[in-house]
Amino acid sequence: MKYIDEFRDGELAKNIVANIRREAATDKNYSFMEFCGGHTHAISRYGIADLLPANVRMIHGPGCPVCVLPIGRVDQAIRLALELNVIVCTYADTMRVPASDNLSLMRAKARGGDVRMIYSPQDALKIARDNPLREVVFFAIGFETTTPPTALIIKQAKDEGVTNFSVLCNHVLTPAAITHILQSPEVRQYGTVPLDGFIGPAHVSVVIGSQPYEHFSSEYRKPVVIAGFEPLDVLQAILMLIRQINDGRAEVENEFTRAVTREGNLKAQAMVSEVLELRRSFEWRGLGEVPYSALKIRSAYALYDAETRYGIGYKPVADNKACECGAILRGVKKPQDCKVFGTVCTPENPLGSCMVSSEGACAAHYSYGRFKDIEVVSV
Amino acid sequence: MNGEVKKGYVRGLDIKNGRVDMSHGSGGRAMAQLIEELFASAFDNEYLRQGNDGALLPAAGGRLVMATDAHVVSPLFFPGGDIGCLSVHGTINDVAVMGAKPLYLAASFILEEGFPLVDLQRIVQSMAAAARDAGVPVVTGDTKVVEQGKADGVFITTTGVGVVMDGVDLTGANVRPGDVILISGSMGDHGMAIMSRRENLDFDVPIESDTAALHHLIAAMLESGADIRCLRDPTRGGLATTLNEIAKQSRVGLTINEEAIPVKPVVAAACEFLGLDPLYVANEGKLIAICAASDAERLLAVMRAHPLAGDAAIIGAAHVDPHHFVQMKTSFGGRRNVDWLAGEQLPRIC
Amino acid sequence: MCLAIPARIEELTTPGNAIVNLGGVRKEISLALVDDAAIGEYVIVHVGYALQKVDEQEAIRTLEMFAEMGQLDELHAELNGTVS
Repeated sequence: MKYIDEFRDGELAKNIVANIRREAATDKNYSFMEFCGGHTHAISRYGIADLLPANVRMIHGPGCPVCVLPIGRVDQAIRLALELNVIVCTYADTMRVPASDNLSLMRAKARGGDVRMIYSPQDALKIARDNPLREVVFFAIGFETTTPPTALIIKQAKDEGVTNFSVLCNHVLTPAAITHILQSPEVRQYGTVPLDGFIGPAHVSVVIGSQPYEHFSSEYRKPVVIAGFEPLDVLQAILMLIRQINDGRAEVENEFTRAVTREGNLKAQAMVSEVLELRRSFEWRGLGEVPYSALKIRSAYALYDAETRYGIGYKPVADNKACECGAILRGVKKPQDCKVFGTVCTPENPLGSCMVSSEGACAAHYSYGRFKDIEVVSV
Repeated sequence: MNGEVKKGYVRGLDIKNGRVDMSHGSGGRAMAQLIEELFASAFDNEYLRQGNDGALLPAAGGRLVMATDAHVVSPLFFPGGDIGCLSVHGTINDVAVMGAKPLYLAASFILEEGFPLVDLQRIVQSMAAAARDAGVPVVTGDTKVVEQGKADGVFITTTGVGVVMDGVDLTGANVRPGDVILISGSMGDHGMAIMSRRENLDFDVPIESDTAALHHLIAAMLESGADIRCLRDPTRGGLATTLNEIAKQSRVGLTINEEAIPVKPVVAAACEFLGLDPLYVANEGKLIAICAASDAERLLAVMRAHPLAGDAAIIGAAHVDPHHFVQMKTSFGGRRNVDWLAGEQLPRIC
Repeated sequence: MCLAIPARIEELTTPGNAIVNLGGVRKEISLALVDDAAIGEYVIVHVGYALQKVDEQEAIRTLEMFAEMGQLDELHAELNGTVS
């Protein structure tokens, strides 16, 4: 597969790792946050952390839109399915997120709710066209990568005059989340979370460009390297971050030049602005209320806004008391620090969202990295 | 059979346009006709011809193995096979991996009211052909019909019986540190053939299910004299799940090499498209073999000589591990856990 | 939530759509977010939409970057007395 296989080449990996080992100063500690859940998954799946020297540590950030989706939002989708008999179309990732009353979308389906897994917003619109007598709602989540398709589908629904279709919009914004982390007391004042730089998301940056990150490097003096999704991209980005730290630089660098430009995809950005606008504030699971961090549907498209169409209010729901997802999402704690990790909270029975999505720090560690916690004697 | 109406007065089943209806499950004449014209004629063998509620079989002369499997696959017809041949191969394989020679099959059908007879015939004929090719007859069966909406067209349960030769003792609890892990071919073919149909993916070269009966391959492997600890077929949950089962049963750790695992390029691409991991995707014509290290090369040669295992490979080994983890050396040189499948494997978008 | 794959445009279908091919797997997707995409070009596909074209030259350059030995840096480090 072109543009995939060559970016997973084991020989090149050895070369980059050799460079990293050579250039990571032994008297320094490097802590980098990979913001995007896709990077978390890549790091786990390829065992990258295993290859890094001991003084280079990766912190998993909150860039997993499933993980940061508050319980109350999933509850809204479940209510639509169970109480209002709406066909709820959702990406597979959201099916097992635990919500209130021991429910999830998957369990709602088992109870008779018409919940359908889709690959693309186009599938949701097709379901609406195929079922003119039913109401259909597309449960839209995701960062800036996934937002333009949602904007497009709303526009398309309006242009085509499909009247039984609407969107429950939960799109969130990357720069706002990064700011929130950088401003958290643990990072800013106490220094309990040493954070030396960021690996910037791959496909979010394809859409928004590298420009929005310049603010972080200049104001907070943290280097950012935007990296592609393949493991070689991630390794190279780590090397580039190490070099910036060593040189005393704090810039935005782009490793993913084959798809990311400084201004990003302007057409996609324009589409988003036409249909969606900023919410003043939005609750992120584990982070609390974050200002100007999410989008809602503009009033011109109110007919396609499931929140106004069905008048379902939003009720915030607190997380399980033992759940440390919040701290883990902010990089303050590791999965192993959570008392219920691997015991009560497992991928089969997730208490919090870090365990549900395979990109969540806890699920990734449980599935791929647990052997590191325990000494294993191997022949 | 007394009171038989003369042949000319009995209308045959309308295969072309007919559908299953509730009378086909009632035990009356309609059901007898369905069984006679559709099932018995296809499966025909001396035991079925006995015509009794149960089949009277000759003494087996050895320890018996019995296995059963329900088949609820959707879609019913897929590239490379259908629910019919799948149900025959699956149960034959479950018996054969115990080291037993599969002897007889039983098949029970739950039919949905309204299911087209032409599709049922296609499935039954596929089953009969699979049984004939494998040399394992369907000696007894059952049919029930449920109302429309209560079954997905047809559900098939097959049960198989076989006999184990003296001295053969294959079990997942036998694996010892140092033993070598082999697989018989490419991973993920069946599951992706099904998944791709569901997700409307098209292919240059279609992904075909690998459904096949493995008992002849297994017989050859046993005859080689290699010290085989256990055999298993990695069906639902894929290679990863089966290895975890074995690790737990034998109380050992297993480590495999990513580079050594054969995956067809188009299967790998389909997994990329849907965000799936081939290690967890079902196989229906492959087996895992774990044997003593000294016999590994010999066993590999025997496997590769067989048409169903031309791509057989050594993929890893067992070792001491109090936590019974399955680990993998990635193509990168990194290491990661290969854990149990958590819930259903859903295509990732993230 | 950004799993996206690079795939080659094989055929242009109804206005705004295309069939892409990744390693022998084909699917119809929308080109609504990308301008002037032509057959033979590669695009990054996410949830049924092309998000951006893949720049071949940049891809080659990136692969070359992976293969760099970092010798200049080693020399630099030696000169400055930092550990190499």
